[in-house]
Amino acid sequence: MKQEFPKGEIKSIKGRSFSIKGDDIDTDRIIPARFLKCVSFSALGEQVFADDRKELKGNHPFDLENNKGANILIVNDNFGCGSSREHAPQALMRWGIRLLVGESFAEIFFGNCLALGIPCLTASKKEIIKIQKLVDENPKQIWSFKLDELSISNQKETIKLNLEEGAYKMLYSGKWDATSQLLDEEERIKKIFKNLPYLNNFK
Amino acid sequence: MSSGTLYDKVWDLHRVKELPGGSTQLFVGLHLIHEVTSPQAFSAIHEKNLGVKFPNLTIATVDHIVPTSNQQRPFNDPLAEEMLTTLEKNCESHGIKFHGIGSTSQGVVHVMAPELGLTQPGMTVACGDSHTSTHGAFGAIAFGIGTSQVRDVLASQSLAMKKLKVRRIWVDGALQKGVYAKDLILHIIRHLGVKGGVGFAYEFAGPAIEKLSMEGRMTICNMAIEGGARCGYINPDETTYKYLKGKEYSPKNQGWDNAIKWWKSLASDSEAKFDDEIRLNGSSIEPTVTWGITPGQGISIKEKIPNPELLPHNEQQIARDACKYMDLEPEKPIEGTSIDVCFIGSCTNGRLSDLQEASKIVRGHKVATGIRAFVVPGSQKVAKEAKQKGIDKIFLKAGFEWREPGCSMCLAMNPDKLEGRQISASSSNRNFKGRQGSASGRTLLMSPAMVAAAAINGKVTDVRKLLQE
Ligand code: SF4
Repeated sequence: MKQEFPKGEIKSIKGRSFSIKGDDIDTDRIIPARFLKCVSFSALGEQVFADDRKELKGNHPFDLENNKGANILIVNDNFGCGSSREHAPQALMRWGIRLLVGESFAEIFFGNCLALGIPCLTASKKEIIKIQKLVDENPKQIWSFKLDELSISNQKETIKLNLEEGAYKMLYSGKWDATSQLLDEEERIKKIFKNLPYLNNFK
Repeated sequence: MSSGTLYDKVWDLHRVKELPGGSTQLFVGLHLIHEVTSPQAFSAIHEKNLGVKFPNLTIATVDHIVPTSNQQRPFNDPLAEEMLTTLEKNCESHGIKFHGIGSTSQGVVHVMAPELGLTQPGMTVACGDSHTSTHGAFGAIAFGIGTSQVRDVLASQSLAMKKLKVRRIWVDGALQKGVYAKDLILHIIRHLGVKGGVGFAYEFAGPAIEKLSMEGRMTICNMAIEGGARCGYINPDETTYKYLKGKEYSPKNQGWDNAIKWWKSLASDSEAKFDDEIRLNGSSIEPTVTWGITPGQGISIKEKIPNPELLPHNEQQIARDACKYMDLEPEKPIEGTSIDVCFIGSCTNGRLSDLQEASKIVRGHKVATGIRAFVVPGSQKVAKEAKQKGIDKIFLKAGFEWREPGCSMCLAMNPDKLEGRQISASSSNRNFKGRQGSASGRTLLMSPAMVAAAAINGKVTDVRKLLQE
């Protein structure tokens, strides 16, 4: 049942979905700071939303039997705000999340997700509430996301989503793994290094 | 689109290439790393068989996980010890300078780097930590990055980034006595909202900003991120140069004169264009305290805790949530709220002037019974200078604990934690649920002087009353 981590072009994602409701859910909640004490990300999946889950004693969306194996997360406004910790998207990814759909995402969180190959798409408040309602009513339904159509659909309903062009291109081409692109520009980087006064003793 | 601002100029100087995705490949002039967000980045470059491209441009320290009561190695917490040794090994094998435990320059990364003169105007500064915005106080473009970008910077000294819009926040007047940089930034975030700065770099300017010391300016830029702005900056001026003069990494001799000329040329032009502008009056700002669970939920000490039902529609839900979590009663004054713990420290307010201002309030008083109060200097240098000035004694005499430098209860990755429902008066930057180490712990953000006042009275207090005494 374990899914592979994202790789290559990311053009479609299929699976069950569930919601985490509420605005301004920060990364401290997604992964409380005490779990940052690790030199590898591998155990983070089990610790996602640890404090909220403890409080809800088995009734948190990440614990509900129905949601096991789901890979699409529906959220509200400003999801992932707060600390820049990449542990947050890592924890979501290692739990099994492959796609987020929400009203809006915090900027660093959005970038951190993209760098892992996890798209974060947006829709209006009205649309998100509609999806959340559909998902609540029938957690078993399969949703399918298509990047080229920028939409998510459960066969009956299709909802249009938004994604900035840059992120779209990166996912479409499979070039969301930035490092290799950056390394192509060695010469230009050296030139900037040589031209910056502060790196050359202000000569 | 902005033009002629410091942000535009520095951006252009560091631009490597426009990337297909609409972002820009940007050269990073100073890369700071610490133990929490770097180990996975090093693993990634090892896996891919990549080296560190410019090891001299990366500087490391350890701050988040260090115990503040006893820094003897090995640390009691084996996980903390493992994180530290991993960083030590990574630095050693790649030739990266590490200001570790035992070094006189160890400290919270955003405190120690400016102290060494590492942060200078016109640089691009990146660090795997959202409060990297702090370094913007020097007129640098400084922003927090995620671990995969740390990997990119190690491997290529560059990263992919979207250019931000620039909003100028112009603050007229001057801060009144008992009102500090922390109050100003809490006030700004309250009014622009925690999302107000998303997509923006904040340029802080105007008479009230110019009058601030470098340390006050760092407090302001530090919390730009709490207002949603990934970076905040202040144009360099005489205050900046004076601070930098003679620092370990500052330019010397002829280099110094050339540096000043270059730095001056980078400040925003008088006819610079901004994407947005906001004007505030600094003279009317009062000591500000948060009552809720986001840094935007702040009110002046004279105000009452808002009634969620009377707030604008989009703020109601989070306000209800906050009232429930904080267990504070709407429409009651914030002043007089009882507290349990007082924390003075962090990269927002753990610098010498912060401790100094707080010590002026503390001098000759005692911490109220039942209150646990402690001071955690932001760095070894801060600790040393504070001791030379006898500041540690003032706190100790009043019944505060005086600790070793580190992040401490700012995020409680070390043993310093709130317990249960404890409520703290804290000079740090985040009041999120569970931020200070207890899943149900509560945090009131305020200036260090206000924390000191709270410690003495055992409850939230208008610091100006103690200043008059
Ligand atoms: S003091 Fe707090 S905000 Fe600053 S770097 Fe440490 S944990 Fe982060």
